[in-house]
Amino acid sequence: MAMKIFVEVNVHYDLNGKMTPLSITWEDGRVFEIDRVMDCRRAASLKAGGQGLRFICRIRRKDVYLFYEDPVWFIEGKD
Amino acid sequence: MGFVDRTILHVDMNCFYANVECLYHPELRDKPVAVGGDAEQRHGIILTKNYIAKGFGVQTGEALWQAKMKCPDIVILKPDYKKYIKFSKMASEIYSDYTDKIESFGLDECWIDLTGSTGLFGSGENVADELRSRIRFELGITASVGVSFNKIFSKLGSDMKKPDATTVITRENFKEKVWPLPSSDLLYVGRATKNKFRMYGIHTIGDIARADVQMLKYLLGVNGQMLWLFANGLDTSPVSNIGAKSLIKSIGNSTTTPRDLITDMDVKITLYVLCESVAERLREHQFVCSTVQINIRDNELFSYERQGKLAMPTCISQVIFEKAFELYKANVPGKPIRSIGVRACQLSLRETEQLSFLPEIERIQRRETVECTIDEIRRRFGHYSIRRGIMLMDKQLSNLDPKADHTIHPVAFLK
Repeated sequence: MAMKIFVEVNVHYDLNGKMTPLSITWEDGRVFEIDRVMDCRRAASLKAGGQGLRFICRIRRKDVYLFYEDPVWFIEGKD
Repeated sequence: MGFVDRTILHVDMNCFYANVECLYHPELRDKPVAVGGDAEQRHGIILTKNYIAKGFGVQTGEALWQAKMKCPDIVILKPDYKKYIKFSKMASEIYSDYTDKIESFGLDECWIDLTGSTGLFGSGENVADELRSRIRFELGITASVGVSFNKIFSKLGSDMKKPDATTVITRENFKEKVWPLPSSDLLYVGRATKNKFRMYGIHTIGDIARADVQMLKYLLGVNGQMLWLFANGLDTSPVSNIGAKSLIKSIGNSTTTPRDLITDMDVKITLYVLCESVAERLREHQFVCSTVQINIRDNELFSYERQGKLAMPTCISQVIFEKAFELYKANVPGKPIRSIGVRACQLSLRETEQLSFLPEIERIQRRETVECTIDEIRRRFGHYSIRRGIMLMDKQLSNLDPKADHTIHPVAFLK
């Protein structure tokens, strides 16, 4: 079953309050730059069990679902 | 322009509380789950259950121990109203992409009038399907939608297919779809009405529709005529606007106490808590009340109401309490009290207050200043930051903040 993995995120806020995540800090301290945000919409995460703003982030040529569930950020992990 | 039929949707989020909880607990999704009140606080009833628990015969409203007898493996979770309100709000945001004619009926149900926007978004059925898929994707829960030309049939429709389905009831097919349903499926046909109907051989909604309207009127008064109109698809009640607030006619709070109330002191403590909450809410809405009502239910679930008029309109908890306690003393029940409530009625706006030269006015104004100050302290530092001394006599009974704890109000179709 997928796990809900909470991560630290570096976020840029523009003047209108729009959020753009810039990088994710993984559990072991590694930092992953987000190359591009492909999509942002409200969505449920049935896998991890949560609901919030879902960012599809391109990280090292892979698409990662990053969720903002006010006030925390999580990704759907595998175990 | 010709006659345009209305397009009204009724959205019912399936097993709302239970499904929201299951979203957050993926490990429970294939288990029987129910959301129930706190048994230790004696609010131990099933509020919602998921379909698996329903399969075991678990019913909404029954005691937790009854549910456990039917289904020993049932997982019972405590309600998290903040979360449910958030989900309900997000659902409303989805609906408002289509129209502003949205009338909620509790947290999980809603009417949507699409008559003016079908040109933009397509037929009622299309929008219904779109709403369902958006609710599933964005909120992670399912909903059933009924589409029809009036509110009553759209509500019936949302009940017919569950979960996650659309049911369309049209002028052409309502006789086949609606009329064979049992009379009790119709809004406002409760147990008493159903039994009355049965004595006259009325079993289905079709029977109501075909009955003589004068006979129904004789049987049930104005409501008989209303039900006849409902059954024949002639309900014309409008869907109100999303911003519309219903007119407040009274403000009340009640509680089922953690233990039965026996002595006057027990009743005093609970009444003070309730009166403070009622008075605070009156002040919040700039109201004063002229009548105080209490309702009492004893431990054998016999209940009654009493009311009395105040000498002058007020929003002061002490005055409301004195009236409520006087009403209680005049009607002390023979048995311990299980639940008790206070209600402020005959509300009027503060600005039309009668002035007086009497010296007691000054006293009342001083009291009001004190209570407003308490409101302000509580707003800044929390409800329990300042309390009456009597609350320390029994902390179990006084550990209650009705204003904050009871955010879910029952709704009525007839306002």
